[in-house]
Amino acid sequence: MPISVAIVGSGPAGFYTADALSSSGDAVSIDFIERLPTPYGLIRGGVAPDHQTTKNVQKKYEKTALKEQVRFFGNVEVGRDVSLAELRSMYDAVVLAVGAPRDRALGIPGEDKKGVFGSADYVGWYNGHPDFRDLNPNLNVAAAVVIGVGNVAIDVARLLSRSADELAETDLPEYAERAILDSPVKDIWTCGRRGPIDAKFTNVELREMGKLSESVPLVKAEQLPDSVGELPERDKRLKERNLETLREFCARKLDEKPKRVHFEFYAAPVEILGGDRVEGVRFERTRVEGGRATGTGEFFDIPCGLVIAAIGYRSDRIEGVPFDDKQGIVPNNDGRVEDGLYAVGWIKRGPTGVISSNRPDGVTVAEHIHNDFAGGAKGSKPGRKALEKLLAERKARIVSFADWKKLEAAESEAGGGKRPRRKFTTVRDMLDYLDRNRN
Amino acid sequence: MPKLTFVMPDGSRREVEASEGASVLEIAHDNDLEDAIEGACEGSMACSTCHVVVEGDWYAKLPPPSAEESDILDLALGLTRTSRLGCQIRLTADLDGLVVKVPGEHLDMRGR
Repeated sequence: MPISVAIVGSGPAGFYTADALSSSGDAVSIDFIERLPTPYGLIRGGVAPDHQTTKNVQKKYEKTALKEQVRFFGNVEVGRDVSLAELRSMYDAVVLAVGAPRDRALGIPGEDKKGVFGSADYVGWYNGHPDFRDLNPNLNVAAAVVIGVGNVAIDVARLLSRSADELAETDLPEYAERAILDSPVKDIWTCGRRGPIDAKFTNVELREMGKLSESVPLVKAEQLPDSVGELPERDKRLKERNLETLREFCARKLDEKPKRVHFEFYAAPVEILGGDRVEGVRFERTRVEGGRATGTGEFFDIPCGLVIAAIGYRSDRIEGVPFDDKQGIVPNNDGRVEDGLYAVGWIKRGPTGVISSNRPDGVTVAEHIHNDFAGGAKGSKPGRKALEKLLAERKARIVSFADWKKLEAAESEAGGGKRPRRKFTTVRDMLDYLDRNRN
Repeated sequence: MPKLTFVMPDGSRREVEASEGASVLEIAHDNDLEDAIEGACEGSMACSTCHVVVEGDWYAKLPPPSAEESDILDLALGLTRTSRLGCQIRLTADLDGLVVKVPGEHLDMRGR
């Protein structure tokens, strides 16, 4: 009997696991359990809509999905259509690949005011994620503050400052494209608690800010150090490149372009200002000692009508699974959680790294599963057959991979050539389209 | 046709025939080495998953990397002085006999 494996979640971590398992030579049967009708997780819903080449990796995932041992159960939610306990009773191995979909809180007064968003929600909105398509952020503001100086913060600032021509080549949903183009925003502040050397953005993303047609990046010369300091050779080179790019930004002029992205370092947010709705952010100036930012007691305000906090993510607690509330992950031993339960990707190790950082997670868990089952016991649970029976009894509406391919073709056609696609942004629309197009 | 040798993470060597003008990444995929050299972004310099280490004196014979390539390469795991992106090396007659090493990426990342 093949080893039956259920992978909960079909983002990069799930796909690298399926790929490693299906290439291992073991007899395996692999089922993706995906809450949405669409696969690929943050490749679809997180990677910026103007960074389409980064999404090319989904072509590789598709090859895995089309392998004979692999099935995609889309629109099937653990906790709604099937419980985790049921999955564990039906499958030899269950792999949690559900990611870290929730925003970390800022933890400062006023963060519940209208106009304050976390980047998971906001990025989900401009990427047409069904959970966030109705977020409806009011972009009718003159200034926006982005809290955070990583690549997500840069994505958010960049998307707000793109021109109509630039946006026309993205897969932004129509509602988001219109909101951005109608926005009168002139000033976007990207703020970090620590200094430019501590910032997590990579040089490619940073340099891109200097090449936008309608927006100019601005940096305060006095916030840039003379050198990056003592660092290992490679880190030093990376930081020096960033510093060099930031120096180039110092020379740019305030009125060069219609919009401005201001980099503000040594600025710790302490309060969101305003009444019902955000009117500004109060910051404390910091100094960095030994890599830690400490307040100087000097405060300043940046007026704005929109705040997006891009300060990191956390996973949701899953019923019946231990959870480390502090780190926001499922405690595990190199991917092993309990007998027959494994974790990969962000729920395993927290929200860090790039897409391919998930590959070793998948390889490791595939090795664990090989050792735990193929080594002697082999598979003993029915897996797919039992799941199909259960879902049929519950009249769940399963979206297959072939169904997804129909949705994908329709999205691509709706893109009209120049755009890579126009996405379906509600589950209802996806299911209705499939109902109308049963062959 | 120029020949290209891949040195796998376990030290084994695979010599393959390469069509002139093809990239090291394309040649790897033509020869079923997708598990060793991923090439997630399909040669668009949006990732570093086709990182290879060019062996011996060959490095100096390659056209130097572009600024874009250097940027991405800097993020690769197990970077060495003769590292390149496989998608950016095109096989020409001059490069007949080229040897590239495939880094054992997932092993490095787990610190083994």
